[in-house]
Amino acid sequence: MSDSDPAGQSPRTATEKAAFKRELTDVVPHLRAFARGLCGRPDMADDLVQETLLKAWAAQDRFEPGTSMRAWTFVILRNAYLTDMRRNRFRGEYDEGVAERILTAPAGQEEPIHLSDLHRALLTLQPERREALLLVGAGGFSYEEAAEICGCAVGTIKSRVGRARAALTEMLANGNIPRRSTDDEAAHRAILEELDVVAAGNGVSSRG
Amino acid sequence: MASDRKSSSANAAQGRAPEWADGLKQLYDSVVEEDLPDSFKNLLARLDEIDPRRGNPDNGSPSQSPDGRGAQQ
Repeated sequence: MSDSDPAGQSPRTATEKAAFKRELTDVVPHLRAFARGLCGRPDMADDLVQETLLKAWAAQDRFEPGTSMRAWTFVILRNAYLTDMRRNRFRGEYDEGVAERILTAPAGQEEPIHLSDLHRALLTLQPERREALLLVGAGGFSYEEAAEICGCAVGTIKSRVGRARAALTEMLANGNIPRRSTDDEAAHRAILEELDVVAAGNGVSSRG
Repeated sequence: MASDRKSSSANAAQGRAPEWADGLKQLYDSVVEEDLPDSFKNLLARLDEIDPRRGNPDNGSPSQSPDGRGAQQ
């Protein structure tokens, strides 16, 4: 344990640290929204965000100023989520009450889509499709950015978003929405395999 | 590749946005717009006391070991 570590990155100045913290603070609401979409339960989502903030803070030397703090922290949150999911923390968790509370009926539509239905349908998607749709359809990331965050090819993201959209459209059109999120073993396995790839390679792509 | 730079083209790529697309954004935004719980304010305030170069509050950052050298490069 030495204070001066010549091999490491140069320590950030107080100004840089303050700037990092300001940016980190700014993305907290987005981290909460992404986490809520991923795991459904607000309390668990917030735990996940807190974990993410601590990890981001510890890794701040690896953040490249000027790059997207939101994308960088989403990668950390995503990895924390996958690790937790691997430990079965989020299996089959869904809080019926949450979606009901945020129910709003959009004005001027004949048959409004209930957000609670949408939310429930979203949580039934395979995790990697849900994640892709959240990033692109809710978070407003480009396909390229989403691919960077997930550590996969742009085409893979496009395909996942397309399948997620098709599944949601089908479920909402037919009112065919399962009551609870499903435990899709195949999907879990797929996403965990992907995690291994990310862990083995360079998940946080903030460095060149 | 260059054709889908921004989020708006995400919808365009699929033809037209499904009618629930706004709802998805609403779900996300409804959380973004929530007041930040005190637990987050407390945590953010506490961060300054944690030296990122030494402290590893919870088992640490992704692929970076406590001495700052990490697994990569």
